[in-house]
Amino acid sequence: MNAPTACKPRVAVHKFSSCDGCQLAFLNLGEALLTLAERVDLVHFAEAGPLDPDTDADVAFVEGSISTPDDLERIRRIRKHSRMLIAIGACATSGGIQGLRNQANGAEWVAQIYSHPEAIASLERSTPISSHVKVDFELWGCPVSGPQMLAVVNALLLGVAPRDNADKVCTECKRQGYPCVMVSRGIACMGPVTRAGCNALCPSLGRDCYGCYGPAENANTDALAAQFGHLGLTPAAVVRRFQSINSQAPVFLAAADKLRAGSHD
Amino acid sequence: MFSRPDHAGFLPLAQLPSLIAELMALGYQCLGPTRENGAIVMRELESPNDLPRGLQAEQAPGRYRLTSDPHKRYFAWANGPQAIKPQTFAPQESLWRVERDAAGHLQFAAVQPAVTRQAIIGVRACDLAALALQDAHFLREGRRDPQYAQRRDQLFLVAVQCAEPAATCFCASTGDGPTPTAGYDLALAELADGFVTVAGSDRGEAVLNGLKLAPATAQQIEAARQQGQAAAAAQTRSLPGRHLRDSLMSRLEHPRWDAVAARCLACGNCTAVCPTCFCHAEADIPALDGGRSEHVRSWDSCFGEAHGHLHGFNVRADIRSRYRQWLTHKLATWHDQFGRSGCVGCGRCIAWCPVGIDLTEEVAVLTEGGQP
Repeated sequence: MNAPTACKPRVAVHKFSSCDGCQLAFLNLGEALLTLAERVDLVHFAEAGPLDPDTDADVAFVEGSISTPDDLERIRRIRKHSRMLIAIGACATSGGIQGLRNQANGAEWVAQIYSHPEAIASLERSTPISSHVKVDFELWGCPVSGPQMLAVVNALLLGVAPRDNADKVCTECKRQGYPCVMVSRGIACMGPVTRAGCNALCPSLGRDCYGCYGPAENANTDALAAQFGHLGLTPAAVVRRFQSINSQAPVFLAAADKLRAGSHD
Repeated sequence: MFSRPDHAGFLPLAQLPSLIAELMALGYQCLGPTRENGAIVMRELESPNDLPRGLQAEQAPGRYRLTSDPHKRYFAWANGPQAIKPQTFAPQESLWRVERDAAGHLQFAAVQPAVTRQAIIGVRACDLAALALQDAHFLREGRRDPQYAQRRDQLFLVAVQCAEPAATCFCASTGDGPTPTAGYDLALAELADGFVTVAGSDRGEAVLNGLKLAPATAQQIEAARQQGQAAAAAQTRSLPGRHLRDSLMSRLEHPRWDAVAARCLACGNCTAVCPTCFCHAEADIPALDGGRSEHVRSWDSCFGEAHGHLHGFNVRADIRSRYRQWLTHKLATWHDQFGRSGCVGCGRCIAWCPVGIDLTEEVAVLTEGGQP
């Protein structure tokens, strides 16, 4: 690709198999989006207006998983046209909620749901962007939050590497003074194995984290699964806690597989 | 709090609101125990009559449940998930900011915290011991932390004797409770009909004098003293000693570290609820227009990844090394740093650990056999 000639970085936002929620994190920035628009050229962002999918970009934000033959072909093209590629959201980083079909017979589901299953072109598995092309940075979350997106764009504008926070949700939860819901209410919270970034949104409402930001670093899923059992969850219910938004994230998938293998003993 | 029995007053039960009214009249925002999200937390009292009666909590490893005290006492609860730490060491705050002026030069400015005068009603002996350790860290000679100092200076502390320790408490074995001995402005011991009340500072003395209390009788003081002794005797957990440095440091390769690491989530809850943990991270948060940046300090934990990150590698990559770092700092190397252990026996790390890891149990196994 050619080096960018304008001094403003060229930014593209691409969508793959997803619900559009992560792009909305951009649009929901409000006033900050106007400031951002002054500092970068938004060259492709279908949801906001500009349409130029094959244009060269300094930074491409990619939402969604690779779920169709078309996705597969398109992500390679985008990679070629982008200096830096950033995967945003659970679909792009782990395969998303649609990755649940990886553990099932997807073709059977299609046959049950659609009157013309032959019209559906769908890959057998839903996979993250990093399974297909080089990804320079991943932002986890379902959806990602506006402040996270801004922090990444800001870091890139300043020429530094974006800060990766792989700590547990608990760190944000305790900083805000929410009493632990596992301890005070005995409910199964995924916070201790889940990556921070949401500011402990669910615990702030007195409910349990359901792991939408994917696995944190050093996620001790064995210990958490054992504690869920002590709290009264059946092995099948514990599997479901790990098999949700980020079911294909390797750490959560391994935890679920281990539990499934154990319950068959 | 019984060192000067001739200076103790007796505050009748019905007059407790007048103490709070007096503090409010002096301009203090009064924080008291409040039921919130299934726990007892310190929140602002709207009026002198807002202090709840009969609050109690049952605690066990990994478990905290609100209950009711049948005697409707004001302070029959042992503690909540936080001591005084959030009031003095803010969980997250800006320390300074830098702005680009019209000429394009960078201007640095300290961020002054918005400080209100706060009185905390219901501080425990363990909380006071922990505050003294936080003071030793944040107010040490030549390294006085201005944010901490400003909040600390305006605190008015109304301590209470613990009459009903939780199953997780072990302050008697660390020597920090259950009766407050120092560090308070006022200290109360709750009896059936009122409070034996003593002052521990000049401003506490002034408030006490303003209440014009009758002197506490010798029987009342004796009842309070015995209540403290009974509360100490009722504690079911303990540490094997107050100086465990050598026994712990000689067991850095003990197999128990692996066993506890298998159970530990490395979530950092123990460090967040610990009233003496002071680790923090600092980060710069630039504004999107590129014109300014805030330097923010947040609570950090030795259980987090970044805490052990040095240039190019991590000194504590696994959970075993993080748990060991926490425990050996708290109970061993703390002695070198501060002249005592960093544990005040509040038991919060036991109750608020989501998987119920019991520090006293781990230490007992690790130090079995005493010093090598």
